[in-house]
Amino acid sequence: MTYLRIENVDKQFDRAGQRSEVLKDVSLDIARGEVISIIGHSGCGKSTLLNLIAGLTEVSSGGIQLEGREVNGPGPERAVVFQNHSLLPWLTVYENVNLAVAKVFGKTKTGSERHDWIMQNLDLVQMSHAKDKRPTEISGGMKQRVGIARALAMQPKILLLDEPFGALDALTRAHLQDAVMDIQKRLGSTMIMITHDVDEAVLLSDRIVMMTNGPSARIGEVLPVPLERPRNRIELAGDRTYLKCREAVLKFLYERHRFVEAA
Amino acid sequence: MSANVQRLAPATMPDAKAAAEVFALPTPATRPGSWSKTLASIAANVVPPLVVVALILVIWQILCATPGASLPAPSQVWAEAGELIVSPFFDYGQGDIGLGLRVLISLQRVAIGFGIAALVGVTVGAVIGQSIWAMRGLDPIFQILRTVPPLAWLPLSLAAFMDSAPSAIFVIFITSVWPVIINTAVGVRNIPQDYRNVARILQLNQVEFFFKIMIPAAAPYIFTGLRIGVGLSWLAIVAAEMLTGGVGIGFFIWDAWNSSRLSDIIVALVYIGVVGFILDRLVAAVGAFVTRGTTAN
Ligand SMILES: Nc1ncnc2c1ncn2[C@@H]1O[C@H](COP(=O)(O)OP(=O)(O)O)[C@@H](O)[C@H]1O
Ligand SMILES: [Mg+2]
Repeated sequence: MTYLRIENVDKQFDRAGQRSEVLKDVSLDIARGEVISIIGHSGCGKSTLLNLIAGLTEVSSGGIQLEGREVNGPGPERAVVFQNHSLLPWLTVYENVNLAVAKVFGKTKTGSERHDWIMQNLDLVQMSHAKDKRPTEISGGMKQRVGIARALAMQPKILLLDEPFGALDALTRAHLQDAVMDIQKRLGSTMIMITHDVDEAVLLSDRIVMMTNGPSARIGEVLPVPLERPRNRIELAGDRTYLKCREAVLKFLYERHRFVEAA
Repeated sequence: MSANVQRLAPATMPDAKAAAEVFALPTPATRPGSWSKTLASIAANVVPPLVVVALILVIWQILCATPGASLPAPSQVWAEAGELIVSPFFDYGQGDIGLGLRVLISLQRVAIGFGIAALVGVTVGAVIGQSIWAMRGLDPIFQILRTVPPLAWLPLSLAAFMDSAPSAIFVIFITSVWPVIINTAVGVRNIPQDYRNVARILQLNQVEFFFKIMIPAAAPYIFTGLRIGVGLSWLAIVAAEMLTGGVGIGFFIWDAWNSSRLSDIIVALVYIGVVGFILDRLVAAVGAFVTRGTTAN
């Protein structure tokens, strides 16, 4: 049942002889095909948690298992979509996706199969028309789409997104949220997404993980979002369940765990 | 880490800037389409320097035309060394060859010396840039070595190789390798963490990381180093050839001085300047082509 298991994870950083405890006793079980949002105030440790799952940083204590196997180090089965897209600017859109595909499927797929797979993933994010453009020649939203295509092209077991739409304007952001929901429906992907946007969290996720403020941040509350899929943002705008979920998140963030430094 | 980079960068950048300023002509922003516009922009870039050159020639002629002048006037240079100007590629045998051929011979040596410097410099720079401790330990040493003038290396290198040809090449190498190493190392240090994370998630191995991420990401820095390096190479070859002999353009100047052919020297200086300018532009153009899209992120 449990696909990804995060068990009593602590994370400290030692810097210049000073120890700072960022995460304290974080536990979470995630099922296959589930969409999880992590929400919390800036600096509480959301990216740190995602990097631990990605294997980009090591846990101080506790453990993370994917399909029963301990995570120790990064790999394409846990693909990351970064906030600032991090496409390689000297490669075209196609070549950026190809970098991942050549590495992950270099031995198992033929050249033409790999080409089809790249195009299939670019189609999925509606970016095949720009396959020969460089990242500098496309808009921020398009870059983020390509970043998602690159991650999906690794055929990951779990997709990790770190504030993927944080740098985009509201309209582009809505388009991309719809695209992600559509892709998730088609592929049944398991996703963990960091966000600081309450509506985005409620609209996209099956469960919302709310983190307390750091230092020593914990999971304060996990809120299930019992909304039918496919979800339509316009229909949901007045939906009672939607509004209740939204209110619960807002209350958590702004009443119980107000970010004092931001006041 | 950042302190180190900041210390390195200003030390190398002024060289690049100085080189760029000395030779800089405004590059014409040519757009396909209107011919008259292109012609106008060429004229705007070519006419002013031609006017200045003409002025200089006139002043020079006036200053040196007096009977007791110690340097030849342009008219005298033309009379005495006109053949060197109009036919660069003559070959009368017994080492009596045109300046174009001599330049080619010197360029051959530069190509070998600078080629080795580029390969070694980029590789060593990449390795050093990967390690903060290597950077801290080696950077001060490189900063000192890079200020040693080319000719100061020559006696040591003659003693080591006991032959003038490899010595000249070694001097070029040792003169031009430092800016390449230093700039590559800074470039590698400045690779964004995101690119490294992408590489880690894809589990790229060392070799793949080197060619697919490191070199392209550091390319703008690498080409800055190469551009400084090629300029230094050209300085070094002329100086080294003056002492080691042979048939290159450097030795030609030394030989001309020994037989008091001042006009020949003046023509050779122009050749050297023009070739140095072309080399600088060539590396800059290759750099601009290779790094297109990389810098503007
Ligand atoms: N590599 C690191 N070394 C030291 N401290 C770090 C490191 N990465 C993150 N931190 C600290 O951990 C805390 C949480 O950071 P982060 O996970 O980026 O927060 P969020 O993504 O929720 O905004 C911050 O106080 C940050 O300074
Ligand atoms: Mg973050």
